[in-house]
Amino acid sequence: MNGAQDLGGTMGHGPVNPELDEPVFHGDWERQVFALTLAMGFFGQWNIDEGRFARESLPPAQYLSSSYYQIWFAALCKLLVANGFATDEELASGKQIMAPRSLPRKPLTAGEIPLILAKGGPADRTEPGPAKFKVGDKIHTRNINPHTHTRLARYLRDRTGEIVMVHGAHVFPDSSAQGLGDDPQWLYTVRFSARVLWGDDRNPNDHVHADLWEPYLVAA
Amino acid sequence: MSKDHDHSELSETALRVKALESLLIEKGYVDPAALDELVDTYETKVGPRNGARVVAKAWSDPEYRKWLISDATAAIASLGFAGRQGEHMVAVENTPNVHNMVVCTLCSCYPWPVLGLPPVWYKSAPYRSRAVIDPRGVLAEFGVKIDEDTEVRVWDSTAEIRYLVIPMRPTGSEDMKEDELAALVTRDSMIGTGMALKPGAVGR
Repeated sequence: MNGAQDLGGTMGHGPVNPELDEPVFHGDWERQVFALTLAMGFFGQWNIDEGRFARESLPPAQYLSSSYYQIWFAALCKLLVANGFATDEELASGKQIMAPRSLPRKPLTAGEIPLILAKGGPADRTEPGPAKFKVGDKIHTRNINPHTHTRLARYLRDRTGEIVMVHGAHVFPDSSAQGLGDDPQWLYTVRFSARVLWGDDRNPNDHVHADLWEPYLVAA
Repeated sequence: MSKDHDHSELSETALRVKALESLLIEKGYVDPAALDELVDTYETKVGPRNGARVVAKAWSDPEYRKWLISDATAAIASLGFAGRQGEHMVAVENTPNVHNMVVCTLCSCYPWPVLGLPPVWYKSAPYRSRAVIDPRGVLAEFGVKIDEDTEVRVWDSTAEIRYLVIPMRPTGSEDMKEDELAALVTRDSMIGTGMALKPGAVGR
């Protein structure tokens, strides 16, 4: 969706302002949001793409005026309600009103965390068929504007680039975020000239690379 | 917006988060010991010192460097760094002709097993918006000046591929051992918003 998350090339956000000796978390509530998001995610009731969509579909004014973990918190609340883990009344009061929902697995224990984190959640899948493109091929990105989740950022639409890596088939977020399954598609790294993306006043040496799935691309 | 207002808004968030945690514990969904373990993992165990070991090894061992560039996931896993948010790694190497820099314009994708959790600036609108349209301006804010003839290569992490920059080995480090070299490798140098430290210098 063309939401506030799609920031590439937008202006007026000010300087970067790195913080010296920045701590991993700024306060206990950030620790809690981080840990609760991961712990609840392990039930597998939403995938990483549904999680991202929950964040990017926050109203733009809210998204842009929230800190990172405030965005995570707002999205977690949405996902918990949508998946029957809690009600809005419970979130407001902090007290149980409804009985807990049935769980697909036992709650995460401290002991199993190292193994679960080490395994991660690989996104590569069996290829759906032969790849349409190879390294060196020129491609053109489609001009799409779905209301649903996509990883084809606005600044990369309707642009010509070159395939520089072929990664095999990966889970296709545009489908996965809608609960339509993994729908594996070939994933490529595409190289775009800064001039193609941003105009002729850019340094001709500079390039931007992005990882794009085959359904985003047509032969140029 | 006044500082007081900021502060009260933050306290309100903190209270709401506390209430959510109590609720999820009461409903039997989460185990407090597991929450502590998740926080402890990323606060004390996983961080940019992991990535620094990868880079230092690539600087000292030409065979490892080749492996890292051709199959970063396997080469990094051989040092014990793997898993969540590092399932599919690509290492990109800085040279006198190419400077690499990593961003995630759409969210906050970052290679956790080698760098830990991302700093606030990496996840914030100023960096995410400008890294792709004005990388040289962003680099200048970090005190990094890239020659006009040098190619700046920005990597926007739009899929589950995670990028690690191999910074250039600083001059004067020729005789240093792997452990000493690792101390020169900063977090920012592995994102591409910094350079490796010169021997004798200290930095983030």
